[in-house]
Amino acid sequence: MLEAGETIAVIGANGAGKSTLMRSIAGVVANEAGQVLFDGEPIGALPAAKVMARGIAMVPEGRRLFPSLSVEENLLIGCYGRQVEGAWSLDAIYDLFPILKERRASPGTALSGGQQQMVAIGRALMSNPRVLLCDEISLGLAPVVIRDIYAALPRIKASGASVVVVEQDIGQALKVADRVYCMMEGRVTLEGEPSGLTREAIHAAYFGVHA
Amino acid sequence: MRDALLIFHRLSRLAGVSQMTGILDTIAQGVLLGGLYALFAAGLSLVFGIMRLVNLAHGDLIVLAAFLILMLVTALGLSPFVAVLVAAPAMFAAGWLLQYHVLNRTLGDDILPPLLVTFGLSIVIQNALLEGFSADSRRIPAGGTLETASLALGPISVGVMPLLTFVSAVAVIVLLNRLFYATALGRAFRATSDDPVTAGLMGIEPRRVFATATGIAMVVVTIAALYLGTRANFDPTIGPARLIYAFEAVIIGGLGSLWGTLAGGIIIGVAQTLGAAVNPEWQILAGHVAFLVVLVFKPRGLFPRAHD
Repeated sequence: MLEAGETIAVIGANGAGKSTLMRSIAGVVANEAGQVLFDGEPIGALPAAKVMARGIAMVPEGRRLFPSLSVEENLLIGCYGRQVEGAWSLDAIYDLFPILKERRASPGTALSGGQQQMVAIGRALMSNPRVLLCDEISLGLAPVVIRDIYAALPRIKASGASVVVVEQDIGQALKVADRVYCMMEGRVTLEGEPSGLTREAIHAAYFGVHA
Repeated sequence: MRDALLIFHRLSRLAGVSQMTGILDTIAQGVLLGGLYALFAAGLSLVFGIMRLVNLAHGDLIVLAAFLILMLVTALGLSPFVAVLVAAPAMFAAGWLLQYHVLNRTLGDDILPPLLVTFGLSIVIQNALLEGFSADSRRIPAGGTLETASLALGPISVGVMPLLTFVSAVAVIVLLNRLFYATALGRAFRATSDDPVTAGLMGIEPRRVFATATGIAMVVVTIAALYLGTRANFDPTIGPARLIYAFEAVIIGGLGSLWGTLAGGIIIGVAQTLGAAVNPEWQILAGHVAFLVVLVFKPRGLFPRAHD
């Protein structure tokens, strides 16, 4: 369950099913079991484009920028299927990540990993989503870059969007989330508010063994 | 330009003015013929560039459009230049439906299904046209003196229709480039070509984008059909030969590059006219030889797209 304006983190080891959960919500993979409800309506059978049009945008694992598009074009394509007024526009994205304005004409894939992640986040925000799904946004990035990326999250939350963050970096996830879910082998093994979760409980849920 | 003129004058003195004018005239005719080949090829290049689909029925679709224009001209008494405005939306719709309901089902990792299906489509179109229009050779009347009119350009003269064909080819390529690089639809084309799954996350429906691309390719096909039908005779079986010229132009230019396609068309056109000037029987052969020569030295074509 995700409430409006809430941020939840989904943690778990490799292969726990976190990314599959995200891809399933976004309509990239078919729902084989369970249901995805959005505003009370099932959306599990909808293709990705229709899910996006309802206001669920995704920052995919590995950024997946379009190589033949410039930075600015990568951002603009983010609102192709959903053009609604809101907090996010090209100028607002450039204000959030100023370096992107300097590199606006460069091919998206010519940027550093951290800058590419900024483009991927900005691209998802361009549709002014009601829900932002962030899949492993710290993967493969240097700690200092991860800090810069996560520094943008409070502004994203302030815009009113609900955020789902999938992370292997437990510390980072606990810092930003209102609630945390831990997954193992496709099932939720732990949930709660970060302040209420002990290190031992997370360890047990994460690895399936007690410390 | 001044250097070129100087060389021309020096060569003229050596070879005789009339001989040099003849060579210049041959090259000019070849360049203009290249415009027609570029029109044949632009739709093929567009579709291949976006969805990596090789449409073996492309030449037959050009012939189908030529018959459609011919019907409109003969049945309604329209000028062919007006008839093309009526035929183009019909061909857009036909291309959209063909892609959405048939060709999209063949796209995937295996390149064989689209080849087989479009090969079958080519046979179906040829036989349907033979049934409907017989094997007789036809021509679309351009009307008035347009077919024979010519313009003097310095020492040579060029036909108005070949010039119109070339100008149309350049205009089509400018417009397609503009569509590709300066519109939201163009961004969607390129994004879908790069990564259809991630394009879906942007709200793009790849099946619709592909259908729109084929629809636009069919509009270009209709323009090519106008000039094919007004400049030469055609019958239901000439599609595959037009496909080969189109293929050669696309491959010489570099797969997916529209300006490269124009360059490819011009190279084939000039090679054909130069070959014909030496011996009329060498016209077609010279075009194919030029294609092979380019393939030997530039296997990826003259202007390959960097990320292909």
